[in-house]
Amino acid sequence: MSFSFVREQMVEPAPAPVNTAGPIAWARRNLFATPSDSLLTILAIVLLVWAIPPIYGFVMPNFLGGDAVPPGGTVEQCRVETAGACWAYISARMTFFIYGFYPAEEYWRPNLVFALGTLLIIPLAIPRVPFKRTNAILFFVVYPVVCFYLLNGGVLGMPSVPTEQWGGLLVTLIISLVGIICSIPIGILLALGRQSKLPIIKTLCIMFIELWRAVPLITVLFMASVMLPLFMPQGTTVDKLLRALVGVTLFSSAYLAEVVRGGLQALPRGQYEAASSLGLSYWKSMWFIILPQALKHVIPGIVNSFIALFKDTSLVSIVGIFDLLNTVQAASSDIDWSSPTQAITGYLFAGMVFWVFCFAMSRYSIWMERRLDTGHKG
Amino acid sequence: MAVQDNIAGPPRTAFYNDPVIRGIFYQLVVAGLVIAFLTWIILNTAQNLAAQNKSTGFGFLFETSGFGISFTLIPFDRSSYYWQAFVVGLLNTLLVAVIGIIFATMLGFVLGVARLSSNWLIARCATVYVEVIRNIPLLLQLFFWYFAVLKAMPAVRQSFELPLSIFVNQRGIIVPRPLPDFEIFWVAVTAVLALVAAIAMVVWATRVRTKTGHYPVVVSRASRIAGLIVTFGVGYLAISLLGTVVPALSLGPVFPLIGALVLAGISLSPYGRYGRVFIGFAIGWAVANFLLGGMFAGLGEGIIVLGAALVALGIAWTMLSADRRSAATEGKLPLALPVLIVIALPALVYWVTGASLAFEIPVLERFNFAGGLQLVPEMVALVLGLTIYTAAFIAENVRSGIQAVSKGQTEAASSLGLREGDRLRLVVVPQAMRVIIPPLTSQYLNLTKNSSLGAAIGYPELVNVFMGTTLNQTGKAIEVIAITMLVYLTLSLTTSAFMNWYNARVALVER
Repeated sequence: MSFSFVREQMVEPAPAPVNTAGPIAWARRNLFATPSDSLLTILAIVLLVWAIPPIYGFVMPNFLGGDAVPPGGTVEQCRVETAGACWAYISARMTFFIYGFYPAEEYWRPNLVFALGTLLIIPLAIPRVPFKRTNAILFFVVYPVVCFYLLNGGVLGMPSVPTEQWGGLLVTLIISLVGIICSIPIGILLALGRQSKLPIIKTLCIMFIELWRAVPLITVLFMASVMLPLFMPQGTTVDKLLRALVGVTLFSSAYLAEVVRGGLQALPRGQYEAASSLGLSYWKSMWFIILPQALKHVIPGIVNSFIALFKDTSLVSIVGIFDLLNTVQAASSDIDWSSPTQAITGYLFAGMVFWVFCFAMSRYSIWMERRLDTGHKG
Repeated sequence: MAVQDNIAGPPRTAFYNDPVIRGIFYQLVVAGLVIAFLTWIILNTAQNLAAQNKSTGFGFLFETSGFGISFTLIPFDRSSYYWQAFVVGLLNTLLVAVIGIIFATMLGFVLGVARLSSNWLIARCATVYVEVIRNIPLLLQLFFWYFAVLKAMPAVRQSFELPLSIFVNQRGIIVPRPLPDFEIFWVAVTAVLALVAAIAMVVWATRVRTKTGHYPVVVSRASRIAGLIVTFGVGYLAISLLGTVVPALSLGPVFPLIGALVLAGISLSPYGRYGRVFIGFAIGWAVANFLLGGMFAGLGEGIIVLGAALVALGIAWTMLSADRRSAATEGKLPLALPVLIVIALPALVYWVTGASLAFEIPVLERFNFAGGLQLVPEMVALVLGLTIYTAAFIAENVRSGIQAVSKGQTEAASSLGLREGDRLRLVVVPQAMRVIIPPLTSQYLNLTKNSSLGAAIGYPELVNVFMGTTLNQTGKAIEVIAITMLVYLTLSLTTSAFMNWYNARVALVER
């Protein structure tokens, strides 16, 4: 007799699993998972095959298989019809792109400014390095003053260099640094004012913030360069660079105020109440309890608005200041280096400089965000 | 006892320690300082203006401008007034903003979804795009498009010719100019009405289905007929297109007609899906052949036809497998009916009223093109730059919006038995939109504000025409800057009012 519930034959062996490791399995999973995936992959490959070789050939010098003229080449090489990017032009005009019209024998001064800035900013950006307070005071207070006297001269026997001669990357960095350094305290005060319970102060802060956030930076710069001289008492002249700096600072402090407000609003009410219950005055509770926590939370946001500010500094070229973009634009009509690819090479170079700075900052901001994320978020 | 005293008696703090009085005092001080500062500025300005013998007031708006503008939507010449220049600038700003917003939204949504794609290559390409574009200043990108790309286009005599008589050269893009006659007006009205009718029909049919479980009988019968007609039309198009790839098939107008009839017949049979797949294959082949031919002009024709066939096979395969996965249900209303309504009704009116829509084709003459509509390179560069730049930011908003929908929602939808498409359409996207729309609105606002950078490449928008030329000619700095800022302020406040209204409407109602 047989038991119908007991199998008599072996179960057919299941087929061996498809590879789950190795490049083929990876491609199957990530590129060809479904028919539509495969179609998209094929289309993307077609597009890349179409786009990449010409770009590569344009950018890379001939020893890497491209048509570009490497630094040190001549203008004749760049004028050949098939020539790619003219990197020789960039290297020849490099000092102009970095220092503008700054006198060549005084280049050590901007160089010293760059070196000091790097020395101060690196320990400030690494959370583990101690002496943050001293470092911050040095960077935010002492450094700008030192820079101004170093660049402007007129003291300690250094010849004076008027701001009209400053230019290039130097001015781009100056505007963005001054913009952020001045706008942090103003932005914090505005944010506190906007959160305040006093109606007049609150209204004034809201009006100030919303006015600057509503208009494009270019109108602010136009306003600063046309109207600022009108606002000053008769006979005062306002330096052109200073006008742009005022415009940029007003603009970015309004944006920063909104970032800081986000941090203030993110703090639980208990923190405010705990500070009051300790009997701290308004300013003491802000300084010791609220701001340290709020600012720490918005470091990524501050870095992001710094990135935006850094990109926006390129707009000062419209009001006639020789920042990096304007030097590139001006050099592109340089007859000594005129070639079909002159303009495009200049823009590629400026784009790369801006990109490197902004990308580095955005990576830093993402890294900080991860570091500050305590994992308590809902 | 002391404790009781404290509770019962009036507060014993001195009046200058009372927070209320202090608050009032501080506010008076701040208000006083602000007023003093403003007065100082106004007095200075008055003095400066008096010293320069300048008057103030808005009377200049009604003076003759005396300058020309290269690109205007309304008639404008040297004898027009300054207020007309203002209107021209404002319209040009809005024109670029609207076009830019439309394109940036489309590109941004595609990129945002692509960044989350499970396809590694697609996700990587989208990431590279976003990271490159948003880390380079917009002004630099505009300069690049304008000076390095559009100005480097061939001279007029060597213009690139694109299909449909579109020419690209140094002076911009020249497209055929539509020359509508009066009857076209009725066609346009019908088109709008048909669109409204189609949407109303879909809404009504969906409502009935939600209530009863079936689409109304009228609608499902009409859909079937519409499907037949649309299949016939699309099939005709597909076979005609196929003729461009395989010349042997272009035997004359009869062949596509017969083919389309056969396809329409098949669509009634159980093998309808193969008909659809064939149509997809044919159209895909023709389009891919055209695109690949343009992209890889150096390769032989045979290779391109083969490559295009491979791509088309991919499309067909995708359609087939998608068709197999979604069994025939009453899940979605067939698109054929609304499409037919939107296309056929205006076409009918077009035919009945005898309207005609001619196009003035641009013709290359000795020095320039005659006829056609010229899109100036400034505008093309500005739209291109704004679209590409803003799309990178929109893509990030879309990505974070989709990621903000918790995984539990997707899982809950799966456990209800919804398929992937329905999960996205009915559960994920509606919730993601709630997160996406506020930042999206502010991106639109940013795009509008950024259009002011057109001034740097000479596009006659508001800042260029008004803050640039008008200010230089009249010297009315305060008035001109105030008006310009007021325009942007109005735009911005309107947008944020809309945003607040929307946020209040869609805010998550929690327990």
